[in-house]
Amino acid sequence: MADEALFQFLHSEIIQYVNSAESGESENGRCVSKLESMGFRVGQGLTERFTKDTPRFKDELDVMKFICKDFWTSVFKKQIDNLRTNHQGIYVLQDNKFHQLTQLSAGKQYLEHAPKFLAFTCGLVRGALSNLGVKSIVTAEVSVMPACKFQVMIQKM
Amino acid sequence: TKRYSSESRENNSELFTLTYGALVTQLCKDYENDEEVNKQLDKMGYNIGVRLIEDFLARSSVGRCHDFRETADVIAKVAFKMYLGVTPSVTNWSPAGDEFSLILESNPLVDFVELPDNHSNLVYSSLLCGVLRGALEMVQMAVDVRFAQDTLRGDSVTEIRMKFIKRIEENLPAGDE
Repeated sequence: MADEALFQFLHSEIIQYVNSAESGESENGRCVSKLESMGFRVGQGLTERFTKDTPRFKDELDVMKFICKDFWTSVFKKQIDNLRTNHQGIYVLQDNKFHQLTQLSAGKQYLEHAPKFLAFTCGLVRGALSNLGVKSIVTAEVSVMPACKFQVMIQKM
Repeated sequence: TKRYSSESRENNSELFTLTYGALVTQLCKDYENDEEVNKQLDKMGYNIGVRLIEDFLARSSVGRCHDFRETADVIAKVAFKMYLGVTPSVTNWSPAGDEFSLILESNPLVDFVELPDNHSNLVYSSLLCGVLRGALEMVQMAVDVRFAQDTLRGDSVTEIRMKFIKRIEENLPAGDE
């Protein structure tokens, strides 16, 4: 068992590293996509291990519920607070107290830095879904920290 | 107020291990040779270590260590246990008592890892050396840390060699004595 402080520190060190390697305004997007792709790999690995002994999922909604409950609890030790969908492939996962942001701010301070702290997790979700056969685009949105909304757009195959 | 109970701080270790793996993979893409990757991992570890020591001192009731033997004990029995859930053994003391080895039966960082052949100089867990160096520097100890053996590279155990260099004097601003 690893202590959560380790992941917390490693995560911020990774952000720091990727950010310094890609400096400049125009490189901001590349920085975020690098973090996202690292998260993707980790998400793939995690679901592979988490779902070893679980029965097959019934449908897309079942997969999303797994992400909101089991996956989120294993990674962030709480469930997603609210899951909404338009039943046309768009899901919004809301976490009112997102783990990666709680240490950062409880308001609008440092809001411009929030995307960096969410990119890895967006990848995590996309990777997890991808390993369960759901292709998606995952983005995140913050208006007041530490609350955060992840939007999952399912790509029809 | 206590924010976390000790159990709830235990994280999914797979998350940490896999995230570390993704980082090493990324660094291997970013840098041309393994030495550069080792250096970068060590540097990142150092940055983590200087922050981790605060967390450690705040959460453990460990006070100042009076000698290097005591330091070794705290690292192996308290710190490794708290953060990685393993307790390395402390062996191979130098006669002067300024050098020892941490022997790791298992290294959580290398779960699910196999080194590809073309990375023979990669010291996969270099981050750990940096963490130890950075943390000890914050308690006024300059220490040299390196991997002497590594199961990933075919050795039978993983051995981290620690050598005490010097005690770091408190830096007073010039003229302020």
